[in-house]
Amino acid sequence: MQLTFEINNQSHTVEVPEDMPLLWVIRDVLRLKGTKFGCGQAMCGACTVQVDGDAIRSCSYAAKFAQGKKVTTIEALANEEKLHPVQQAWLDERVPQCGYCQPGFIMATKSLLEKIPNPSEDEINDNITNICRCGTYHRMRKAIHRAVELQQKSKL
Amino acid sequence: MKTSYFVMLLFLSVAVVSLTAWDKPEKDDLPTTGDPTKSRAALGAMLKVLKHQRCMNCHPTDDRPRQGDDAHAHLFNVQRGTDNKGLAAMRCVACHQTENNKQSNVPGAPHWQLAPKSMGWMGLSDEQIAANLIDKSKNGNRSLDQLMEHMTRDPLVQWAWQPGEGRTVPPVSQKDFHEAVRTWIENGAVIK
Ligand code: FES
Ligand code: FES
Repeated sequence: MQLTFEINNQSHTVEVPEDMPLLWVIRDVLRLKGTKFGCGQAMCGACTVQVDGDAIRSCSYAAKFAQGKKVTTIEALANEEKLHPVQQAWLDERVPQCGYCQPGFIMATKSLLEKIPNPSEDEINDNITNICRCGTYHRMRKAIHRAVELQQKSKL
Repeated sequence: MKTSYFVMLLFLSVAVVSLTAWDKPEKDDLPTTGDPTKSRAALGAMLKVLKHQRCMNCHPTDDRPRQGDDAHAHLFNVQRGTDNKGLAAMRCVACHQTENNKQSNVPGAPHWQLAPKSMGWMGLSDEQIAANLIDKSKNGNRSLDQLMEHMTRDPLVQWAWQPGEGRTVPPVSQKDFHEAVRTWIENGAVIK
């Protein structure tokens, strides 16, 4: 099929099988390698991107559903001068170990903070359900709170 | 005297209003004709479907969808949310689209969501489930026609017979279920 959609604020048209996972379109067709493949079964969240603002597990999202939609991947978060507050918080709290799962967690957290700008512990537990094999959960929790602080400061 | 006249008038008008309501049953009121035995047998067939895990897993009385034939709580702490479509950043649509996913085998159908809590069936008796089906305050304000439409046409309901590889289907065929719904309603929609 001819898939036309917006990715990271740029419109793209690509020729892909309609049932190809969006993750393959992002990584193998558009060569954006920040989004990772973990389980391929919508279980780990390594492949999380945003589609029209919602966190989506792109390994389990057929390309055809992205038609006309707005996709955001980890590559769009920082610009030349500045990291996104969630990325900055991740750096401040030195979250990653191997780093493989982190883009997915960062995208899920971005999505959470856009919907709940100051989440409680329960809201973090309920909404961030990705898996980190290195077990960096404790530092991630701290980084989520740090990202809230950074976002609040940047609004002052 | 004036007061008692007024009370009497009030009483009469209430009586007239209720009489009017009684005299003119709504089109959707339960049919009084038909064969209750047939309706009862049809309900039995329907319940085999409604109580199968493909249906029951998304009709919980709490806030957690279930998975599998053992009805375990949905992995990843998945929850109902305010609109029955998941929490703020854990929406159903994060993993479930409008059809079964051919790569990941994650199930999908149009408007994938939990049934509203008022339509929860888990832990209810057969009679309670049947009573809730026809109770407009619990069934999404559906008339019997709309209930029939929902059970025989809604693609999310029909998904139960095309649930994707490795998932069991209800023990009554889709066609026989539709027939049972029709027979149940046309013969009075008995609840026991
Ligand atoms: S790779 Fe998509 S959820 Fe694991
Ligand atoms: S940092 Fe290694 S899997 Fe998460």
